Amino acid sequence: MRIRFILTSVLAMVVLGLVAPLHAQETAPSVGSELIKWSIITGGFALAIAASFGAIAQGLSISAAAAAIARNPSAAGEIRGSLILGLVLIESLVIYTLLISLILFFIQPFGG
Amino acid sequence: MEELHHELWIVHAVNDIFGPVAATLLSPLGYSFGPEETVIPDYLVMAAFILVFVTSIGVLLRARLSVENPSKMQLVAEDLVTTLDNMLTEWVGPKGPRYLSIVGTMGAFILLGNLMGLVPGLMAPTSNINVTLGCALTVWVYYHIQGVREQGIGPYLKHFAVPPGAPIFIAPIMLPIEIISHLSRVLSLSLRLFGNVFGEELVIMILARIVPFLVPLPMMFLAIITGSLQAFIFMVLTMIYLGGAVATEHEQEQHDVVPA
Repeated sequence: MRIRFILTSVLAMVVLGLVAPLHAQETAPSVGSELIKWSIITGGFALAIAASFGAIAQGLSISAAAAAIARNPSAAGEIRGSLILGLVLIESLVIYTLLISLILFFIQPFGG
Repeated sequence: MEELHHELWIVHAVNDIFGPVAATLLSPLGYSFGPEETVIPDYLVMAAFILVFVTSIGVLLRARLSVENPSKMQLVAEDLVTTLDNMLTEWVGPKGPRYLSIVGTMGAFILLGNLMGLVPGLMAPTSNINVTLGCALTVWVYYHIQGVREQGIGPYLKHFAVPPGAPIFIAPIMLPIEIISHLSRVLSLSLRLFGNVFGEELVIMILARIVPFLVPLPMMFLAIITGSLQAFIFMVLTMIYLGGAVATEHEQEQHDVVPA
């Protein structure tokens, strides 16, 4: 009884997973001019570049903070506070790029 | 963008009740609405919900305050206020706890606003740029007013042009830099919050569209973390800006690093 329920739910999930992307593709808007296509490609690459460099910067700051906490555990509170502040300030740069990409994807300022 | 937008029944209900009143109030200002148009946008309805929720909790809590027999909620609230007081003293200075009200209000509004997006049937008001821009402008105007009140208008304008300890001829270089950096604070505060919440909602919605079962859950968990973090960061940045505006000349040397 229980195995049958599990099997049915797994089957249902597989069917949903197969059907849903097909369903989503039907409503995709048709790409118009050449410029829209290139702006969308640019938006994707801009986000990839921003995310990779942001990740490098965040990794550097986290490693420095971890080393500092290991060296001086009594200062952990202050280090953590400035670490979070710095991480968010780095992250916000990536988010600006995300916003630009979203504008390129959805609002499509270059014709449309 | 339009296909991601969906009508919420709660917004519909509020518009059925208060819509005509709002339309009559707005008609002298030159706005006119069709019969099927939504008069009150969804983010305003959600912001009003937060207002009602926080106010009712505050009124309830205040009615039951007691010294001898504190309730659990009172203890939690006292802890929150003490934590905020300590943070204000750390970031703004010894006079920091004076600004508890605006920092706490901003924190509560943004935290509740970010987490509201995860409740089915509600939306996050902070995923609309108007709300976050309103928050950022409020903070921006408030810290300038407090700076003028604390230092007087002359010295406050002077510290834009000549940083303490710097010679006078540096003013033509410093003034444009300071003006641009202060103006960019509005942009960075509002866009950071908006981009975070909106991007998170978009990711959840896209994942729910591809596999509408269990797959968006990790993203929703991430949304809880980033939502709380963004509220915290908004509060910390408000405190840092207040500290930069309020600190008098001899205190300012400790506050020389102010992020945009």
